[in-house]
Amino acid sequence: MNALAPAGQLQAGAQAFLARYAANGSVQQSEAAGFFARNGLPGPREEDWRYSLLRPVTDVQFVAAPHGHSDVSAALARLPRIDAPRLIFVDGRFRADLSDLPAGIIAGVPAYGAANRPDQQKLVALNTMLAEDGVTITVPAGHDAGTLLLVSIGTGGNVSFHPNHAVTLGAGAKLTLLDLTLGDGVYLHNPVLSATIAEGATLTHLRLQQEALGAFHLSTVYADVAASGTYDSFALTLGARLARMEVHASLNGPQASAHLNAAQLLGGNQHADFTTVVQHAAPNTASRQTVKNVLSGKSRGVFQGKIEVLRIAQKTDGYQMNQALLLSPDAEMDCKPQLEIYADDVKCSHGATIGELDGDQLFYLRTRGIPEPEARAMLVRAFLTEALDPIAHEDGRAAMEAAIATWWDRQTQ
Amino acid sequence: MLEIKNLTANIDNKTILNGIDLVVPDGEIHAIMGPNGSGKSTLSYVLSGREGYDVTGGTATFDGADLLDMEPEARAAAGLFLAFQYPVELPGVNNANFLRTALNAQRRARGEAELDAVAFLKLSRAEAKRLSMPDDMLKRNVNVGFSGGEKKRNEVLQMAVLRPKLAILDETDSGLDIDALKIVADGVNALRGPNFSALVITHYQRLLDYIVPDRVHVLAGGRIIRSGGPELAHQLEADGYAAIVAEAA
Repeated sequence: MNALAPAGQLQAGAQAFLARYAANGSVQQSEAAGFFARNGLPGPREEDWRYSLLRPVTDVQFVAAPHGHSDVSAALARLPRIDAPRLIFVDGRFRADLSDLPAGIIAGVPAYGAANRPDQQKLVALNTMLAEDGVTITVPAGHDAGTLLLVSIGTGGNVSFHPNHAVTLGAGAKLTLLDLTLGDGVYLHNPVLSATIAEGATLTHLRLQQEALGAFHLSTVYADVAASGTYDSFALTLGARLARMEVHASLNGPQASAHLNAAQLLGGNQHADFTTVVQHAAPNTASRQTVKNVLSGKSRGVFQGKIEVLRIAQKTDGYQMNQALLLSPDAEMDCKPQLEIYADDVKCSHGATIGELDGDQLFYLRTRGIPEPEARAMLVRAFLTEALDPIAHEDGRAAMEAAIATWWDRQTQ
Repeated sequence: MLEIKNLTANIDNKTILNGIDLVVPDGEIHAIMGPNGSGKSTLSYVLSGREGYDVTGGTATFDGADLLDMEPEARAAAGLFLAFQYPVELPGVNNANFLRTALNAQRRARGEAELDAVAFLKLSRAEAKRLSMPDDMLKRNVNVGFSGGEKKRNEVLQMAVLRPKLAILDETDSGLDIDALKIVADGVNALRGPNFSALVITHYQRLLDYIVPDRVHVLAGGRIIRSGGPELAHQLEADGYAAIVAEAA
């Protein structure tokens, strides 16, 4: 069972993961396991991880998901009602009995997308080493595949699961992927999704992270965008005790663009990290990042945004804005913008603000008869506007709005 | 009816209101005039319930209820409206949505049925038209990108839709040109009636040419030092505050 001898320095938590690796895996898995055995999990000495410590993750002894179908009807009932084909994963395993499987989609095996970097990213190595399942979505050139729901449900019991997905859009193809994650209890969800977007194609990726409050979410998305293609994403983080969404977008052809908008709404002791790396690798490419954080209780939000502009990428248009609203004196926001620009004719801007609810605005609303809790909710919702407004998909946007309203009710109870 | 008795209030342990006595009966419009720093804005904020002011003595009742004991939203539902000297910008909050939320919150608090979207739209459009406001002002974010005059007109629009029993207009004339001043005054005059009263706080007499008050009070040093009819405003304009303040001292 124990295929690789763990290196002496490896963290205990990493060793437990390594012990679960079976030597009869694929080539990708064995290479990833080798990398993981040498490098383990990200640690506090790494610059990219200094604000997000994985100690709470390594404190748990995670186990593989048991086989057999657990009843997830309660979780399914919490899903937004959206009329679209859905792919349901429970504890990382595809559930054909609960899913639709339109043409062009293969589920049941890890996808191992070409853009993945299990040889560079430790969490991607972990995913690749332990991946059991995943979905491969292929949309042929010129085809509009409409909306697809990708759902992950965790059922707890200290299980960790590592699904590996890939989406490939042919030239001019379109797809809206509603990526919903939820669950109950304690578990680790460590997904990887690789998106390959051909010329003129558009992937709209709407992510709603509502993991259980005892759970961990450590995800990585790679988006490789060809000329005139678009990776248009919005990620709403509401759940998990500790979450990190890492997105690597690479703009490889002229007029390629990426929107990496996000909102993190946290309370209690939650910790959530949105980390992006946007590489402008061709001229006339554009990236937009509007990231909003609403932090109450003792929660902590992290945003790390890196924009790399390669020498060839003249006329790059990069924009990054991170804003945080602290609803409590104990909440904390850490923000790290990083611009690496090697071209000389570019437009790149970034900004960050951290503040509280405005007392004058609150008073103004209350003098009009709006009760304080409702006035606060209005101002929080107003704060999120710039991140939510660009969502053109009506059902997706409604699902986000509803989730935000539910989150707010939970905070004010 | 608004009844203020011997009201005193501090900001940061500094006395700003120093024993105000004032009665505004239903149906009357009273003006409060005074030099800078006399406590005019403090009075309006204390009456509407802003945080940061310590009421150290006295009472203020509105239709018999203890105003000072109520949250700002409860004062609004009871019929009090403050038109701000500097209306606040609310980026991301749609003006029509804001106004409808406010109106329905007040109606809910009073046990009245809420207005649906269609009925509200009709009401707000009619009031906007009466105030010569373009329709798109309702579609914009509250006061964001509004000129000074548009902000004040937006205050009067809110007042017209919310139909308060008592309006406090805190230097609503500041920053207004003469056309906007007339529009604002028309908005206030349109509400005049046995069930509407107003406290018009102003530095200058000009506004009172258009909103003719029943009574004029002069506030100085946190106290009302002189009260009279509309002619008092003209006397102030002619002689300045210094003469009356010196006379009262």
